[in-house]
Amino acid sequence: MSELTIDTQIEAISPRQLAWIRFKRHRLAMVSGCFLILIYLVAGLCEFVTPYGTETRNVQAINAPPMSIHFVDNDGSFHLRPFVYGYDMHINDDTWMREYTENPEKRYPIYFLARGESYELWNLIESDLHLFTTRDGYIHLFGTDQLGRDVFSRVFYGARVSLSIGIVGVMLTLFFGVLIGGLAGYLGGLVDRAVQRVIEVLQSMPTLPLWMALSAALPVYWSPIAVYFGITIILSLFGWPALARQVRGRFLALREEDFVVSARLLGAGKMRIIFKHMLPSFTSHVIATATLAVPGMILGETALSFLGIGLRPPVVSWGVLMQQAQNYQVIVMTPWLLIPGLFVVLTVMAFNLLGDGLRDAVDPYSTGGQN
Amino acid sequence: MRSYVIKRLIGMVPTLLLISMIVFVVIQLPPGDIVTSTLDRLQAQGVEISAEQVQNLRAQYKLDKPMVLQYLYWIGNFVTGDMGYSYLYSRPVNELVWERLGYTLLISISALLFTWAVAVPAGMFSAVRQYSVGDYVLTTVMLVGLATPSFLLALVAMYAGYEWFGISIGGLFSPEYRDVPWSLARVGDFLSHLWIPMIVVGLGGTASTMRILRANLLDELNKPYVVTARAKGVPPIKLLIKYPLRIAINPFISTIGLLLPVLISGEAIVSIVLNLPTTGPALIQAIVNQDMYLAGSFLMLLAILTVVGMLLSDLLLAWADPRIRYE
Amino acid sequence: MTDNVLEIRDLAVEFKTDTGITHALRDVSFDVPRGKVTAVVGESGSGKSVTANCIMRIIQPPGKIVSGDMMFSPTRTDPYDIVSLDNKDPRLVDLRGDLISMVFQEPMTALSPVYTVGNQVAEAILCHRDVTEEEAWEEAADMLTRVGIDDVPRRIHQYPFEFSGGMRQRVVIAMALVCNPEVLICDEPTTALDVTIQAEILTLIRDLQQELSNSVLFITHDLGVVAQLADQVVVMYQGRVLEIGTVRQVLKEPLHPYTRGLLAAIPGIVPKGQRLETIASVVGDSDIETAYPLTRLKDGREVSLSPEALREIDNE
Repeated sequence: MSELTIDTQIEAISPRQLAWIRFKRHRLAMVSGCFLILIYLVAGLCEFVTPYGTETRNVQAINAPPMSIHFVDNDGSFHLRPFVYGYDMHINDDTWMREYTENPEKRYPIYFLARGESYELWNLIESDLHLFTTRDGYIHLFGTDQLGRDVFSRVFYGARVSLSIGIVGVMLTLFFGVLIGGLAGYLGGLVDRAVQRVIEVLQSMPTLPLWMALSAALPVYWSPIAVYFGITIILSLFGWPALARQVRGRFLALREEDFVVSARLLGAGKMRIIFKHMLPSFTSHVIATATLAVPGMILGETALSFLGIGLRPPVVSWGVLMQQAQNYQVIVMTPWLLIPGLFVVLTVMAFNLLGDGLRDAVDPYSTGGQN
Repeated sequence: MRSYVIKRLIGMVPTLLLISMIVFVVIQLPPGDIVTSTLDRLQAQGVEISAEQVQNLRAQYKLDKPMVLQYLYWIGNFVTGDMGYSYLYSRPVNELVWERLGYTLLISISALLFTWAVAVPAGMFSAVRQYSVGDYVLTTVMLVGLATPSFLLALVAMYAGYEWFGISIGGLFSPEYRDVPWSLARVGDFLSHLWIPMIVVGLGGTASTMRILRANLLDELNKPYVVTARAKGVPPIKLLIKYPLRIAINPFISTIGLLLPVLISGEAIVSIVLNLPTTGPALIQAIVNQDMYLAGSFLMLLAILTVVGMLLSDLLLAWADPRIRYE
Repeated sequence: MTDNVLEIRDLAVEFKTDTGITHALRDVSFDVPRGKVTAVVGESGSGKSVTANCIMRIIQPPGKIVSGDMMFSPTRTDPYDIVSLDNKDPRLVDLRGDLISMVFQEPMTALSPVYTVGNQVAEAILCHRDVTEEEAWEEAADMLTRVGIDDVPRRIHQYPFEFSGGMRQRVVIAMALVCNPEVLICDEPTTALDVTIQAEILTLIRDLQQELSNSVLFITHDLGVVAQLADQVVVMYQGRVLEIGTVRQVLKEPLHPYTRGLLAAIPGIVPKGQRLETIASVVGDSDIETAYPLTRLKDGREVSLSPEALREIDNE
């Protein structure tokens, strides 16, 4: 009987391993997880990964389009070392706009792990080593903005801020949500009712206008780092109710769960029940929910900064970068300024997929529906 | 049913009171107040103001009273329909908010209808034809829709409108209709401008709604009552609509309430990008300029809108699901 | 016209899952005699319900009928093979609910919670008969009265959650019988009910069967029910038929060791400390895992046994 042997195997592994097995089956979630690890790594090491700093200006390339990487030059000969072509600028007679074309005469080979602009990694380690750069000329894979700054570099510097806001914000949300939701579920009675009412109220308010009002309240003289934390707190202020509600619901449901009741009947102490029986079947859930809450944070920061009431230059975040693309003349003339938006979409999608995969893995009975 | 409605109506009162307190605190948060910013402005213009005048001004705005009293004045006036005076526009707030609120409501509701019109058939198809090519396509489109910030979508719509159709998208009226009284032609012009914000605002909600409906429907599809009905000989399409969809739609109705705040948030930012004459741009103007009565009224009215919307969705649910009605 | 309303031959059903193919039914063959009660007995997973779902053609993917045929000979129309019906065949509509209908195990979930019971019973008529809404409701009310529901004029407008489990099962039975089907399939209709209610429902089914004289296929794992109700018994195990015979034959003189085990496992009064019998403890790990073809014996019964065992029976 082959079925029997499968059964005994499953019995022998822990719930965590089981969840991992189920998670691995979710191919999209796995891919998303890898993508997120990669982009967080890149964001963490952005000084090294990008060729230029955030404020480095290339006056020869203002609003220049993205360059493409070549292996074969104009004479048709192949080069193992990839290269880019420099720009030729001319003014369009009709629109009076700068226009750029690639000039095959200006061939700039790309060097990997090469010396370039010096920087301080995390404000600690001084270095000038870059993942890739050019010795002469310049390289702008995503083009440049109206001040001639490299969009590629700025996207990854922005990733650091936007992605970390996602994580820090969710940590705060998690802290408030679990604390308040847990207390409500545990204490019950009046506290529970009060918390429920507050949650209901906060959930019924349109968040964006409130975010707008609150971030406008951040004093203009605050340092960028203070504004950063201010915005993060504002974002999590309206994020915790959803989480608290879930935690509370889980808590109440678990309390009536047969295995908890039987533990209680067997004489297990309150602490033992909470930490040994309830918490484990709980944390995985909270992790999945938290993952699904990250996109909201990232989207919130982006929206606020885009409107000019979130993070402000010189801080670089995806929202701040998008702010440059506010009117449609800019979009039509320099559509590459929307590239940060593409990263927002990819990241949010990856978080959604990862969260779905995690939730399915920890709770095989859920199908993703709410209520 | 009637007692349920009354119970819910009474339940709204403390909710709205709590909301009004939060709104009041939020609009008080920015440093300074109307008087200080007025003074700043006047001083910048070189106008000298005596301390006495400052006192009068403060008294006029009740700013010399304690916070609690200020709140009571504000909410008391608000309830009686006096929303205060906007210093930014130098007009009573009452004259400013209604038209904008109307447009916001119109865009939000049409976005909601769009959401349903797309999400329900799409979710049904996706659930019934699970793992088919169509399901994958729809799910992918919806995933992208869910991940795209609405302002980005608005930007893309503007770009697409310009590049492909050669029209400038933005505003709710063509210039020639902007300041003329309502007429049939103006309505037509309005409708031709409405659909872009409708789709842009609605798409994010469509994505989540479709996901919920698909999941709910998949849950219901193999329930015993569906099998029973099938064994009874109910034809397939009727079976799908009358049995699983009818039940799957219930939790879905209750999410309308949660969808509304999202739609209104989306509407605000999309209106700013597309430059629509709704509450969004005015609210941000009011907030940035600390026009507290105007900002407070907008916040309060938007909150009331969502609370009423939630009430309606709950009533709809009670009407749709006898189990709740009979509780 | 044959004596059998339904003749199932070599029916095989497979479920394709991630871990491989499960053979839910393997060469299942038996007859459902007209106007009689046929009981299908077996433990969970023996393929009883799958067989029933095949007859109604409501097998859900990943389940699939891979071979076999089911000759259906109703009095109202010409006989046809149910397996070979196309999914869009109009005969399928008549088959489900009109010619054959089904009572399910779970009365609590077999009715949609958002429609009144009248609506759901009348729908069965409206699906098959060309009558007005009012006529259908009248017929539904008649049927509900016949299955023993009191105060029908009021209760017909109530929702399923306002009914108790036993009452709901009566509604489901009314829904199944309202078109007077030729075959009524009962898939463990009493399993989810209290013991006292079980008896009531069984009596109801038997009385109605005698009254309407339709053929009944009764699926159960309860041999007590079989003894009370059935004329003929089919014993199934792991998707195969092990033994077919009359109630008397199968219950009094079981031939297959598995049937014997099944009978021995009925809990009786045993001395304190003695363990209850299980099928495995009676059968041991003998030959029930090996598939032998069904062999027809002289007394008309059929059994799946090894040639040696058959010879022994012949010698007796």
